[in-house]
Amino acid sequence: MGRGRLLYVPFWAAYAFLYLPIAVLVVMSFNSGDSAYTLDGFSLKWYGELAADERIRDGLVNTLIVATGSTAIATVLGTMLAVGLARHTRSKTLDAVALMPAVLPDLVLAIGLLVFYGVIQLTLGLYSVVLAHGLFAMAFVAAVVRTRLAGADTSLEEASRDLGAGPVATFMRITLPQLVPGIVAGALLAFTLSLDEFVIAYFTIGNSEQTLPIVIYSMIRFGVTPKINALAAILLLVSFTAVIAGQRLTRIGESRAQD
Amino acid sequence: MSRSRGRRLGAFVFLSPGLTYLLVLMLVPLVLVLGTSFFQRGRFGGVVYEFTTENFGRLVDPLYLGVLGDSVRIAVLTTLLALLIGYPTAYLIARLPRKWKTVALVAIVLPFWTNFIIRIYAWIMLLNGPGLVNSGLKLLGLGPYELLYNDGAIVVGLLYSYLPLMVLPLYAAIERLDPQLREASANLGASAFTTFRKVTLPLTVPGVLTGSLFVFVPSFGNFVIPEMLGGSKSIMVGNLIRNQFLKARDWPFGSTLALALIAVLVVLLVAQAWAARRG
Amino acid sequence: MSRTRFTRRLPVAVTAAGLALAVAACGGESSTSSAGANPAAADELKPNADLSKQTLQVTVWDGYIPKELPQMVKEKLKVQDLKIALHETNEIAMTKLTAPGDSGIDVAFVSGQYAQALNEMGLLEPIHPELIPNLANLYPEATQLSYDKGNKYSVPYTWGTTGICYRTDLVKAKPTSWNDILKPAPWAEKKVTMMTTERWLALPALKALGYSVNTDKDDEIAKAKDLLMAQKPHLLTYDDTTFGDKLVAGESVMAEAWDGWCPTTDPKGNIGFVVPKEGSDLWVDTMVIMKSSKNKEAAHALINYILDPEVHSWAAANINYKVPNKAAMERVKIPKGSLLGVKPADLLDGEAIIDLGQASTKFSRLSEEVTAG
Repeated sequence: MGRGRLLYVPFWAAYAFLYLPIAVLVVMSFNSGDSAYTLDGFSLKWYGELAADERIRDGLVNTLIVATGSTAIATVLGTMLAVGLARHTRSKTLDAVALMPAVLPDLVLAIGLLVFYGVIQLTLGLYSVVLAHGLFAMAFVAAVVRTRLAGADTSLEEASRDLGAGPVATFMRITLPQLVPGIVAGALLAFTLSLDEFVIAYFTIGNSEQTLPIVIYSMIRFGVTPKINALAAILLLVSFTAVIAGQRLTRIGESRAQD
Repeated sequence: MSRSRGRRLGAFVFLSPGLTYLLVLMLVPLVLVLGTSFFQRGRFGGVVYEFTTENFGRLVDPLYLGVLGDSVRIAVLTTLLALLIGYPTAYLIARLPRKWKTVALVAIVLPFWTNFIIRIYAWIMLLNGPGLVNSGLKLLGLGPYELLYNDGAIVVGLLYSYLPLMVLPLYAAIERLDPQLREASANLGASAFTTFRKVTLPLTVPGVLTGSLFVFVPSFGNFVIPEMLGGSKSIMVGNLIRNQFLKARDWPFGSTLALALIAVLVVLLVAQAWAARRG
Repeated sequence: MSRTRFTRRLPVAVTAAGLALAVAACGGESSTSSAGANPAAADELKPNADLSKQTLQVTVWDGYIPKELPQMVKEKLKVQDLKIALHETNEIAMTKLTAPGDSGIDVAFVSGQYAQALNEMGLLEPIHPELIPNLANLYPEATQLSYDKGNKYSVPYTWGTTGICYRTDLVKAKPTSWNDILKPAPWAEKKVTMMTTERWLALPALKALGYSVNTDKDDEIAKAKDLLMAQKPHLLTYDDTTFGDKLVAGESVMAEAWDGWCPTTDPKGNIGFVVPKEGSDLWVDTMVIMKSSKNKEAAHALINYILDPEVHSWAAANINYKVPNKAAMERVKIPKGSLLGVKPADLLDGEAIIDLGQASTKFSRLSEEVTAG
């Protein structure tokens, strides 16, 4: 059994590795001094400064706009794409093309879009980021919805078609209701990915806007400020709450489904 | 007859919006990047549309090949370390009781949900000269060491950012294993290690390959982590590409470098597919 | 047509369409990108234009203008809005300003040689001096800067020089030469930072070798490169933006720095700045008006407002940068340790950096090779 216990070394090392920096961020966010390395005392002043920071607030608003817009595009197009790929074609090539934005390195997509927007002389803004995020988010939605489709019962759809319903009517009445959980999961994934996306936004955003990750990046580029620590702590709290809420909801959903 | 027409209509209705989107915003841009790599830079940046293969000649300059090689080396090292830490972790999570399994999995993903750049920034605080790691070592009477602004710091940053992408597919692969296979092996007198080597490992190869790909791809093309933790002293191919577009304003050469990055990944994907088929 | 044929053909069609689009786009572009070697002619501007219909978009370095500026400008000048975008470096500003398509920017802050390059590309609106009466506040020296004699297309905002910023308590010997940073002594090993911005990366090496900062000779640039490559292993890191923080934190002991960003007024009083004996540069950060601006009257009004002694003195009083505005500098109390007292005549000892045209790509290449190698 000694050998089995040896496995716990990398196991706990992994968790320590993942949480050490997070702990540092949270602890230092309560620092009363402005050094990034020495803890002088307890204070909430950085949270106050964070709340008063207009750039961060504007960045957050822009990030939410981009995430909402791109999620809307990605959810609609990604779902349709998934249904089309699963039900109306057997092309492996199209499958691969649809997944490409999720597999390509973000930097490649980013410069491709930058070159493309340049060639069509598009003035960059928030919408150019919405379109860009919609692209890779669509691939993720399509992938998630496809897994759901693979498990779905096709006999109802066939029956609907045999009874003379067209593909659109069949989709709206039969397929779509079965897909809702997959679509919601896909949309959530798209939204989360867009919230944290930096590289593509950095290349395709207009001159007068910044998303939150870009604000954070340029703040760090210009110096260390404990405001960032406070922001990290808040983001962590929000996602922790979201995860717990999500867990509760799925548990409730599961128990209902079993009734 | 009517059904096949319905199918074609369906294919058109469902596929055309998404495929048009992919065509315009992904395939056309990629073709444009390919095209741009054959042109010249303008004096102040921009693109002069005169055909040249000079950019590809520059690519084989030992300087750039060196950066490409370094990037592969750093990304491979990151992937191997992620595998080394990630495999036992995923293995143990898969054997936890159901309730703890969820907790352990969520705990792997949770750090992922703070901002990516803030997580890297935390490592600056940890690793730099007067930083916390050196302070800790000082208590032990060691150091201070130069921990930041080198390849090692980049590997740590990449590993930190992408470790969950290794653990999750591995967990999925290990979880799917039939425990009876292991028991059978043990009953036949195989040691735990032999069982692992002969049964568990071969059956989880697809998970290993997927996880490795998930870690390698974003590591290889990264520019944020090398910039923040490598301090422009150690750089990767992503930094070169970024600099061509946003600093040197040499879009054609930047495009050429991006093609080189894609080429390395394609070679890798083909190798992976080949390994998966053999495995 | 069967279903499978329909789908199999799609990728082919996709590629063909993409190629067609690419070719069409490239063909249509060639005239615009190779043009633009001539400075633009001046627009007719109305001195009494209704500014409340004009909105200004400015791009500037972070922290370089007062935070309250938009509010102040809206109140005083009655412009509809003033929006601020930030750039980290000159190069990033250049990328924004020279990108195809309308940048949407009216006024940009860039260093002199970049203003010169933008002008040669025909991207700048000539300055209409009649709309900027406050130009009279500038030092006479600030109207004769070599990249733009007579302020034809740019207005200086701040000026200064480049030198070595160092910790007086951590250096074993006060630096006097660029070689002190290029070939650090053992006590400074891995405790030195340099800037990567193309021309300023080369500056210490060029000056140490006795060359001009504006050289375009390949052999001189190659020798500078050798020196910089040899220096690299002894550096802590390259840093264009936070070298001051690193000095204050004690991570580094010497840094190549612009005078204004060297935190000589830090309360601990242990930071010094020296211009090495081999000489240095005169850099000027300027304000320019983009040709593409649709709010040129408001843009001039903004520059005029910034040249107001009270507004312009903000940079000297708050961010430690010398401003080329005589009336503004006379208002500023010069704190202990500050470099603000340096006289314009002494500043002009520095060699002004000018744009080198096509040869400027040699410095982009140098910066790239040094950081990549």
